Amino acid sequence: MPGVMAAAQRSEPPSPKQPEAAAANVVVEIGGLPIRLRCDDPAFIRLIIERYAGYVSSSNDAGFEFDIELAPPGTESRDEDVRVTWDSGRWLMERGDFRAEWNPSTSRGRIQQTTNPYSLDSVLRIVHTLLLARKGGFLVHASSAIRNGRAFLFSGVSGAGKTTMARLAPLDAALLTDEISYVTRQDDRYFAVGTPFFGELARAGENLRAPIEALYLLAKGSENKIEPVAGADAVRGLLGNILFFARDTEFVKLVFNAACDFVSRVPVRRLTFVPDSRVWELMV
Amino acid sequence: MNEKRYVARSTAIASRVLGDETMVMSATNSTLFTLDEVATVIWEAADGATPLEEIVTKKVCAQYDITPEVALKDAEVLVEQLAEHGLLLLSDKPIAQPASLPKGTP
Repeated sequence: MPGVMAAAQRSEPPSPKQPEAAAANVVVEIGGLPIRLRCDDPAFIRLIIERYAGYVSSSNDAGFEFDIELAPPGTESRDEDVRVTWDSGRWLMERGDFRAEWNPSTSRGRIQQTTNPYSLDSVLRIVHTLLLARKGGFLVHASSAIRNGRAFLFSGVSGAGKTTMARLAPLDAALLTDEISYVTRQDDRYFAVGTPFFGELARAGENLRAPIEALYLLAKGSENKIEPVAGADAVRGLLGNILFFARDTEFVKLVFNAACDFVSRVPVRRLTFVPDSRVWELMV
Repeated sequence: MNEKRYVARSTAIASRVLGDETMVMSATNSTLFTLDEVATVIWEAADGATPLEEIVTKKVCAQYDITPEVALKDAEVLVEQLAEHGLLLLSDKPIAQPASLPKGTP
């Protein structure tokens, strides 16, 4: 069809539709869940676009929407405790630097915060934990990377070696995150998804997805060693690292069941390692 | 002890049998507990309708080489501990188990 060819040759390559600051909204899509963020301040929207580069969706469709109201700098408190409660059909989320609410039945919410983008980061993490729990997934303190089409998760508390494992990853590995891994469930399979949530590495993970090969509970030692962890020990190890904000009976049950289901389908191992690149030779 | 005691699992918990053990999580404070094989037998039989003494004689003593007196004493200690953490309900009357109501959380 020469007409079509001619048209294609005349056209510039179609560029992805970039979210415009003037529209004062942007769709951030993590784990396949698009969330529209609206704010009267275009400068803050530009900040969000920069912060979530790689996760800004060109689609206009969003399953969830939040209106952001910016508070003047200096109005935040130093309260570092996150409180997430279910009240009258809404989730209420609160910390010293933000206050947010979200109504799951309307898929809409609102956030009050200062211009610190990390406040928004925290709200998004909470919202994703709530959304994932219903689907058998979770966010977990773990670095993760894809190698040869399979995802490896390295989980542990602060200082356990999550960022170290990310830094030691070979060149052919795609880093999904060095801090917060995003785990989704599809039928009886579990997938790791890239996130913009980073730790010491200070860069977002690649926006990719792969089936999870194994989850490693990290421990530093004098030699590289892998041991299987099963049953209650595996559940305990995993639950200790799952992001767990809401003190709500129904939510606690969902997270507990998600952890039990995960360890019954994905190998959990303890990885004791010396922090050099040879540890990745064990990831087969 | 002549008085019958009834035991029922709290509805504010999540539990899962993993091999011979049972993991129980308190939904009120997220504390995790691991029950061993014998405790799992008692836990699973704690339906609120069967007296503890009957659970011990018909379930525990039937499966394990232990006298009813010793088993009942151990079971009493166990259920008291679980009740202290809010995982079990104890009563001298049968305990009706409420149907759990799903909440419209996301």
